[in-house]
Amino acid sequence: MTVLPYLVAGWIFLIGVYGLVTSRDLIHAVGCLAVTQSSTYVLLLAVGYRNGGTAPVFADAPTNSRVVDPVVQALALTDIVVGATVTALLLALVVQLRKRHGTVDPDALSELKG
Amino acid sequence: MTDVLIVVALLLVAGAATAAVLNRDPVRQALVLSFLGLTLALLFTFLQAPDVALSQLAVGSAVTPLMILLTVRKVRRRPGSGGDGADKPAGRER
Amino acid sequence: MSSRVRLWVFLVGAAGFAALFAAACFDLPAFGTVPHPYGVRAVHAALSHHTANVIASVNFDLRAFDTLGEESILFSAVIGTVVLLRQARDEHRKDPEPATVHPPVRRFALLTLPFALLVGLYVIAHGQVSPGGGFQGGVVTATALHLLYIAADYRALERVRPLTLYEIGEAAGEAAYVITGFAAVLAGSAFLTNVLPFGTLATLSSGGTAMVLNAAVGLEVTSGIVVLLARFLDQAVEIEDPGEDDGSPRHTGGGGGNGDDEREPA
Repeated sequence: MTVLPYLVAGWIFLIGVYGLVTSRDLIHAVGCLAVTQSSTYVLLLAVGYRNGGTAPVFADAPTNSRVVDPVVQALALTDIVVGATVTALLLALVVQLRKRHGTVDPDALSELKG
Repeated sequence: MTDVLIVVALLLVAGAATAAVLNRDPVRQALVLSFLGLTLALLFTFLQAPDVALSQLAVGSAVTPLMILLTVRKVRRRPGSGGDGADKPAGRER
Repeated sequence: MSSRVRLWVFLVGAAGFAALFAAACFDLPAFGTVPHPYGVRAVHAALSHHTANVIASVNFDLRAFDTLGEESILFSAVIGTVVLLRQARDEHRKDPEPATVHPPVRRFALLTLPFALLVGLYVIAHGQVSPGGGFQGGVVTATALHLLYIAADYRALERVRPLTLYEIGEAAGEAAYVITGFAAVLAGSAFLTNVLPFGTLATLSSGGTAMVLNAAVGLEVTSGIVVLLARFLDQAVEIEDPGEDDGSPRHTGGGGGNGDDEREPA
């Protein structure tokens, strides 16, 4: 338990990069990138967790209660939404590539280039 | 108790991530990604991060898979394509 | 580089990463036991600014400048997508024919739509009090609008979604953020300092500028996601390539799906 969350984050990163490297379809590659990205969220939140802590929201909790680290959560939170728009940008690039070169296979694309 | 929940969620996330990568067909991958978003949201809730979980739930299980599906639809529409799988109804996962 | 070579390069790199990362993991403090000096200080700072949701306080008050950067990434990513997915000169637009929707689906979607919209707006508005905020609520609101696509059809969605308005909304959100920052400068403080009265903890009007910035981000994210999805829907449903046959519907993805594939007969 003491290192499992960190190791899971590492595994998600590695499997995501593996997918990127072996992908034969750019849309699939973008999906793999999204997977890779999620590893950072797992790692950040795992670092910020405290045993017995509650969520850092004091709307109805006493102000001296033990909470988990809010800073890493803020980092992960903004990145999730911003990451989605960047994914959209990459998918738009894939659509354009398909229009120009008629394929979404990265290997075929590098052959086109010569 | 929380520890058990966290461990279960972590294993689910790891499994879903692996499945999302190994599904080579983007349509199936989009569905698995949606499930991955769900498990991540669950994990974040157990890690006492409701804000992040909400964000992940909305983005990971709805917006990203939807955009992938729309892109697949656009990309596979063209007739006589060089791309594989365009005319096969189902996926070509391994 | 052939795919075999690429795989080998990856395997070597991955092995190195795995070894180093695992070594680092076992050297990290055990999960859940770390003291968090920054976290403790952030909690103090948030409470001194009367913001109940510390995460909103970190995003829109303590690290507001950083969020401006994040917001600008979002803004430029949306602009980039809009530019890339515009209708090219040799493409033509075809009106999608209305499709029949199963009555239970239609009823359920129409029933869910107002609630989902309300939840999204609630989440944006209560960002400084309860979990939520502009980023999450914006995504919820934007996706909720698209329930109409499931309930009725694409043209109904287009009617209630004046795209120009959302494009303006996105720019206005970004502008409001910057203007709030400069308002602090005019008030005699540094850029993006929290100069407004803090209000009472855990009420809707607490948090000072955090509340304003939260609303600005909510506007920008909602509009941005709506614009993004509109562009993708345009490409997938309406815009056709020059040589495309207008014939039979070619359903992608036989693997079922979330129903969005089956919206309109091509």
